[in-house]
Amino acid sequence: MRRLLPVLPALWLAAFVLMPVILTLKISLSTPATAQPPYLPVLDWSAGIEGWDSFLEALDFTNFETLASDALYRDAALSSVTLAAIATAILALIGTPIALAMARARERWQPLLVALLIVPFWTSFLIRIYAWIAILKPEGLLSAGLMKLGLIAQPLEILNTQGAVLIGLTYAYLPFMVLPLYAVLTKLDPRLPEAAADLGAGPARVFWSVTLPLARPGLAAGALLCFVPMVGEFIIPDLLGGSDTLMLGRVLWSEFFSNRDWPLASAVAILVLVLVVGPLILFRDGEATAKEPSR
Amino acid sequence: MRALDRIALILGLGFLYAPILILVIYSFNASALVTVWGGFSTRWYGVLVADVPLREAAGVSLIVALASSALATMFGTLAALALDRGGRFAGRRLFTGLIYAPLVMPEVITGLSLLLLFVGFGLDRGLLTLVVAHATLGLGFVAVIVGARLRGLDRSLEEAAADLGANPARVFATVTLPLIAPSLAAAFLLAFTLSLDDLVIASFVSGPGATTLPMRLYSQVRLGVNPEINAASTLLVGTVTAIVLTASWLTGRRGVA
Repeated sequence: MRRLLPVLPALWLAAFVLMPVILTLKISLSTPATAQPPYLPVLDWSAGIEGWDSFLEALDFTNFETLASDALYRDAALSSVTLAAIATAILALIGTPIALAMARARERWQPLLVALLIVPFWTSFLIRIYAWIAILKPEGLLSAGLMKLGLIAQPLEILNTQGAVLIGLTYAYLPFMVLPLYAVLTKLDPRLPEAAADLGAGPARVFWSVTLPLARPGLAAGALLCFVPMVGEFIIPDLLGGSDTLMLGRVLWSEFFSNRDWPLASAVAILVLVLVVGPLILFRDGEATAKEPSR
Repeated sequence: MRALDRIALILGLGFLYAPILILVIYSFNASALVTVWGGFSTRWYGVLVADVPLREAAGVSLIVALASSALATMFGTLAALALDRGGRFAGRRLFTGLIYAPLVMPEVITGLSLLLLFVGFGLDRGLLTLVVAHATLGLGFVAVIVGARLRGLDRSLEEAAADLGANPARVFATVTLPLIAPSLAAAFLLAFTLSLDDLVIASFVSGPGATTLPMRLYSQVRLGVNPEINAASTLLVGTVTAIVLTASWLTGRRGVA
C-alpha cells in the first residue's frame, strides 16, 4: 500500500513536467519548418533504428549559435538578468524592514499582517500590473499628483521604460521576499538582539552584526523566489516595458507567437532554464535551513 | 524603533494596496477617461454584464479552474503523502524536484514545454489541455500546503487508531483525512485561484474556442486602459479576496502560508 503512494503522482509528473522539458530540449536542437508541427526532424517511429539515426543526425546547435551571435538575444539575456538582479536587490532593501516590522509586531496582529501580505499575491497578477499603467502613464495619477505638488513641470515619461519594469517587478514580487524573511525573523530568538543591546551595541550595530546574519537564510530564499521567475517574466515587461525592454520571457513569447519559430523559442527556454537552474544548485546548501518558504 | 516599524508596515502595505484600490475606485468612474474623475456611476458594470465574449471566457475559466484544481488536489495530496509517508523510494530526489519545478519555473517555459508535449502527441488544444496544464501547475502548491500539515500532524493519534484495530484504510479515512481536511480545502482554493489567474500558460496550451478570462482581459488590456476592465478587475479582486479569507479561516488563525 505504502509503496504504491508515489506511483500516480510520479506518473503525472513524469508525463507533464519531465517529458515536456526533454521535448523542449529536443526541439531546441531542431530546425524550423513550414509544416505541422513547425519543426524538423520529426521522429519516424515506424522506421525503427534507422529512423533514430537520421533523426539524431538532423539535430544540431544552430539555434544556440543564433542566440549567442545575435545581439538581440544577448541584450535580452543581459537585460533580463540585470533587471532581475536590480529588482531583487531593491526587494531585499525594502523587504527587510517590512519583514522585521512584522516579526516585531504584537503576536496577535501577526496572522493578520501575513494575510494582508498574501491577499494581493492571490489577486490577478495581470490586473495588478495593469493597474500600474493608469498610474504611470504620462497623463496618469503619478504625473498628475507630482505636478500638483509642483515637484515636476512636465509629465513623467516613465511608462514603457526599464524604470517602469523595475517598479512592476518590485511590486509584484514583494510578498515573495517578505514572507521567507518573516518566516526566519519570527523564529529568531529575541534574546540575541537584546543581549547585543545589553552589551552596548546601538540599534544599527545590533541589526548588522546580529539580526541580519541570522536572517540570511530567509534573505537567500526570498532572493531565489524572486530572481528565478523574474528572469523569465513576460507580463511585466510586456505591459510596462514598451517595445524597448527586451527580456527573455518576452523574446520567447514573440519567437513563438509572432515568428512561429518553435525551435528558437525552445532554445530560449533552455537558456532560461540554465540561468535558473544555476542559482538553484548554488542555493541547495542553504535549503535545509529555509525549508519551503511559503509562496 | 516601534515608530520606524509602523512606518515600514504602512508604506509597505500602502505600496501593495494602493494600485488595487485606485483600480477599484476608478471602476465606479462615470467618465470613460480612466484618469479623470467624472462622478460615481455603475455604468461600466452594466457594460460588463452585456459583454458576451467576456462572460463566455469567464465560464471557460471557471470550468477549467474547477476541474484542474480538483485534479491538482488529488495528485498533490498523494504526492505529499508519498513524501511524508512513503519512506525511501527510488527516485525520491527526482520526484521532489519535479514537484517543486513548476513552482519556480518561469511560466513561459511551463507553457511552451507543455504545448510541445501536446503537439508532439497530436492532442487538440482546448479545454482538456488547459485542465492538464493547470493541474500540473497547482499540484506542486497543493503538495507544499498539505505536506506542511502532514508534518505537523500528531502521529500518536493514527497509532492509537491502529492499536485499537483499525486497518490502514480505516485509519486514513477516519483519522488522517479529517485532520488534514482544512489544508486540503485551502490547497484546493489556491489551485483554483492560480488557474483562474493564469494568462501565460493558458495562452500557450489553449486553442480556438477555449479563451479564458485572463486571455480575454489581456487582449483588451493590450489595446489600452479601459474602464470596463477596471469593473471586471474589481469583481475578480472581490471574488479572490473572498476565497482567500475563506481559505485562511479554514486553515485556522495561522494564515494560509
